[in-house]
Amino acid sequence: MAQLLGGLFTSHVPAIGGAIAKGLQQDPYWRPFFDGFAPVHRWLAAARPDTVVMFYNDHGLNFFLDKMPTFAVGAAAAYRNADEGWGLPVQGNVDGDPALSWHVIETLVDHEFDVTTCQEMLVDHAFVVPLQLAWPGGGKPPVKVVPIAINTVQHPLPSPKRCLALGRAVGEAIRSWPGNARVVVFGTGGLSHQLEGERAGFINKAYDLGCLDALGPDPDALARQSALDIVEQAGSQGVELLNWIAARGALGDDIREVTRNYHIPISNTAAATMLFETRALALA
Amino acid sequence: MATAHQPDLRASHRNIPGTPVFTGAAAQRGYQLNAMCYSFNTAENRAAFLTDEEGYCRKFALTPEQRDAVARRDVLAMIRAGGNIYYLAKLAGIFGLNVQDVGAQQTGLPLEAFKQRLLDSAGED
Repeated sequence: MAQLLGGLFTSHVPAIGGAIAKGLQQDPYWRPFFDGFAPVHRWLAAARPDTVVMFYNDHGLNFFLDKMPTFAVGAAAAYRNADEGWGLPVQGNVDGDPALSWHVIETLVDHEFDVTTCQEMLVDHAFVVPLQLAWPGGGKPPVKVVPIAINTVQHPLPSPKRCLALGRAVGEAIRSWPGNARVVVFGTGGLSHQLEGERAGFINKAYDLGCLDALGPDPDALARQSALDIVEQAGSQGVELLNWIAARGALGDDIREVTRNYHIPISNTAAATMLFETRALALA
Repeated sequence: MATAHQPDLRASHRNIPGTPVFTGAAAQRGYQLNAMCYSFNTAENRAAFLTDEEGYCRKFALTPEQRDAVARRDVLAMIRAGGNIYYLAKLAGIFGLNVQDVGAQQTGLPLEAFKQRLLDSAGED
């Protein structure tokens, strides 16, 4: 069976992609964020994953308000990045794993998650920036990806509880996937930030640090909030924490924190990176 | 219906100061404006907007309120007219503005002061 090796959680601010394009990783503004990835790179080199299941949200590249799925699972052989309108360099195609995608879809529907399936799906910065951070250097990431997009744009959003349950079902799907795939889950976005309204620029360090502390040992505590509680505490876009909660659900209970980093600010965002490994890796 | 034991979690029933929640009602009200901004994922459409803003807005049938907000480059007014920031950011991008410029405008702060406030957030406990 496939092995679920761990989970990487990271902010996906578009400006990070801009900084990568300009080679600003060691610039004083950027360094505190990028330096947080050194232990991630060491871990990925040792863990050698070949597959990523990515929980993220689309920001108006693939999905418009004409059709807005709450949970959408990609089932494409390849995923294409495209122009988002404000100048981020377009990244190359990323390989999909349609067989695993359909296994995830079948498992989810079996668990009564009525997901949208996408055989064509453009992927935006929330998908490509985390891959660039995990595997820097500009080449194609050495993994196949199954994207799972969660609506964090148009309310009502799915509840944190539902996202955690979705992630748990995805974890079950991964662990029951025949073969030798080495899988890592990604949860992207956050932490606290707000782009719109008179409260634009809102950041809540105390809340974020509490979330980072709870994520490993007690994800159910995060899931007892409503999505609007998260909006209130973490800002309108801080609600991307839903992607983290879902990815955390996939990991199961027997995990160990490998590293974490928290830095204010990147653009308008409190940036965070966190990595957990599962017992599957320790036994491997 | 909400009960004493179960708080009303509906997005339309929560008031968070300075925080517009993009509800179904907003998505409905702002549909044309957001559709126009979504079109700006394509470079040709961005160029078409710059060439003939009035004609481009007409093509998307913006409401008078939306058209006025766009003409005045007033982000808070666009949001009141149903605009969603992810789509509006694509309009801002046409003018070379990023989310920090947009944040400064909405908070009424000079850009440097808006950025400083973000830096200062690091010191809070």
